[in-house]
Amino acid sequence: MNHVPVAEVPFEPVFTGPALAKLEALFPLYPTKQACLLPALWIVQETRGWIAPAAMAEVAALLDVTPAYVRGVVTFYTMYHQHPMGRHVIQVCTTSPCHLCGAGETLKAILKETGCRELGATSPDGRFTVVEAECLGACGFATPILVGNDFIESVTPERVPGLLQRYE
Amino acid sequence: MGYPHPIHSSETPVLSTHFGDAPARTVAGWQERGGYAALKAALAMAPTEIIDTVKASGLRGRGGAGFPTGLKWSFMPTGDGKPHYLVCNADESEPGTFKDREIMRWTPHALIEGCAIASYAIGAEQCYIYIRGEFTEPWSIMEAAVAEAYAEGVLGDHAMGSKHRIDMVLHRGAGAYICGEETALMNSLEGKRGNPRIKPPFPAQAGLFGRPTTINNVETLAAVPHILTRGAEWYAGLCAGNKKSTGTKLISVCGHVMKPGNYELTMGTAMSELIFDMCGGMRPGRTLKAVIPGGSSVPILNAAEADTCILDYEGVVEAGSMLGSGGMIVMDDSTDMVYEIYRLAKFYAHESCAQCTQCREGTAWTTKILARILAGKGTVEDLDLLLDLADNMTGKTICVLSDSCAAPVVSGIKKFRNEFDDYLTAKKAPVLVGI
Ligand SMILES: Cc1cc2nc3c(=O)[nH]c(=O)nc-3n(C[C@H](O)[C@H](O)[C@H](O)COP(=O)(O)O)c2cc1C
Ligand code: SF4
Ligand code: FES
Repeated sequence: MNHVPVAEVPFEPVFTGPALAKLEALFPLYPTKQACLLPALWIVQETRGWIAPAAMAEVAALLDVTPAYVRGVVTFYTMYHQHPMGRHVIQVCTTSPCHLCGAGETLKAILKETGCRELGATSPDGRFTVVEAECLGACGFATPILVGNDFIESVTPERVPGLLQRYE
Repeated sequence: MGYPHPIHSSETPVLSTHFGDAPARTVAGWQERGGYAALKAALAMAPTEIIDTVKASGLRGRGGAGFPTGLKWSFMPTGDGKPHYLVCNADESEPGTFKDREIMRWTPHALIEGCAIASYAIGAEQCYIYIRGEFTEPWSIMEAAVAEAYAEGVLGDHAMGSKHRIDMVLHRGAGAYICGEETALMNSLEGKRGNPRIKPPFPAQAGLFGRPTTINNVETLAAVPHILTRGAEWYAGLCAGNKKSTGTKLISVCGHVMKPGNYELTMGTAMSELIFDMCGGMRPGRTLKAVIPGGSSVPILNAAEADTCILDYEGVVEAGSMLGSGGMIVMDDSTDMVYEIYRLAKFYAHESCAQCTQCREGTAWTTKILARILAGKGTVEDLDLLLDLADNMTGKTICVLSDSCAAPVVSGIKKFRNEFDDYLTAKKAPVLVGI
């Protein structure tokens, strides 16, 4: 896919209209504005698919912290994307309990089906980005995967093509 | 009703009674099943009376450390005039553990009720439930349940029609195992990186937003309503004679058993009964090789140790490990122990918050050395190096993530030394390439 270089995309503020209202509704729930940082970053990611440096600066201004501080927090948490991703991000658990039950094979099948050459890369059609996840808290249902917000249990290589079909 | 399997006759369903029973997810459904009676009763009791009941029940924290819950609550100051907080730890990320998820998915009101009772008992009007970011389904179910609890007057300015205010907010994590550590979780909730804090001060003195805070695991809090309804004596009687470990425990079983899933056991049940009877044993033709009994952070047991292990806090220590969070990882004779230990080390290296040198360097080097061994490039000295590293990683850091990485390595080398030797002597072909 031809990405427009990040710097050339004009930045549209995230926090206008409903997104701003959603954030402002959170302020009274916490004694500090800073506590709304993780929720604010979730709003950015849900609206834009990833968290651009300009969005970090926007969040910083709204919560009275510095952009560098926001970046420090963003980089700590694996679920926040600092780059544009495929339309559907697939997280596949490969930690020991799932590995014991064939997670490695499931991951291979997912990479093959999506056409993603390697972990973290987006498929040429822009549909998927596949990442390895550490324990997803469903080890008795190996192998669990997350496709966007859809949590899917007991994924085997055979089930992969059918499961991914409905993601445009 | 059991989930995903029917309840086994040797189980003692208390928390799991309504797993798989979707109508239990509404306020009305919960009340029909006896729910919210405990909260109503609690709000008419003195907070100290509730704390004394929980103390007498013998309930210990189900998040991993097994600290007595009533005692923890009693550390909260009284009459200090400051806001207090209850934090519910729903970050469940310990490999092998998947019980809190089922509590939230099937019985969200059990958790809300437990949280509300605990909040009142510790003088908190505000409760935060911190749910790991990957738990999208439990999140939506909890979100709907909290909204309904407000609409029905269970929560809010006059909880259950009383004069007490109880507010509850769900907070979403964003992918970091370390945020399950209680002080890291508080930092994360405050909008910071999830670095654990140096203790003291303990949360009861200065916790979330610097104010007196109690933090408890989902399973711990969900047990509280049952204790109030059925009595401390009933709960304390749920054991096999060891009065230090009481009640039921959800054991998550995963790995090489025929029927993985959550099993609710009376404390003191034999591990062999769980594995070979309730879970249907090993796959055909396979034998048991090892069990990690308490989530990935505890020492590995070999088959002989597992065979005689009693599942309660003291029993698992006696067998050479810890009950931890009750996430049991079962491995059969097809398992490559060196690879699995490497994969666990890789987990800890990925999840280290990197504040402490021993942990940051130790987890990374442990992973590299294990990879080298798996690539057929290890030497006998590497085993000493691993043990030396593990020694430096134990008991020396701000939190115990570092110790958790060392535990499987040390026990693995001790109990499965031959498997390491096979790689070192090229008896076994390398499984990792390009290292
Ligand atoms: C690295 C690390 C991760 C932890 N993860 C969790 C977790 O995911 N859930 C949890 O309840 N406790 C977790 N704990 C334990 C908590 O720090 C804390 O002891 C617990 O939430 C207290 O609740 P309890 O007394 O009800 O068990 C973790 C501890 C450490 C050191
Ligand atoms: S032991 Fe590891 S995870 Fe814990 S505080 Fe130190 S560096 Fe962070
Ligand atoms: S190890 Fe895969 S979900 Fe826990």
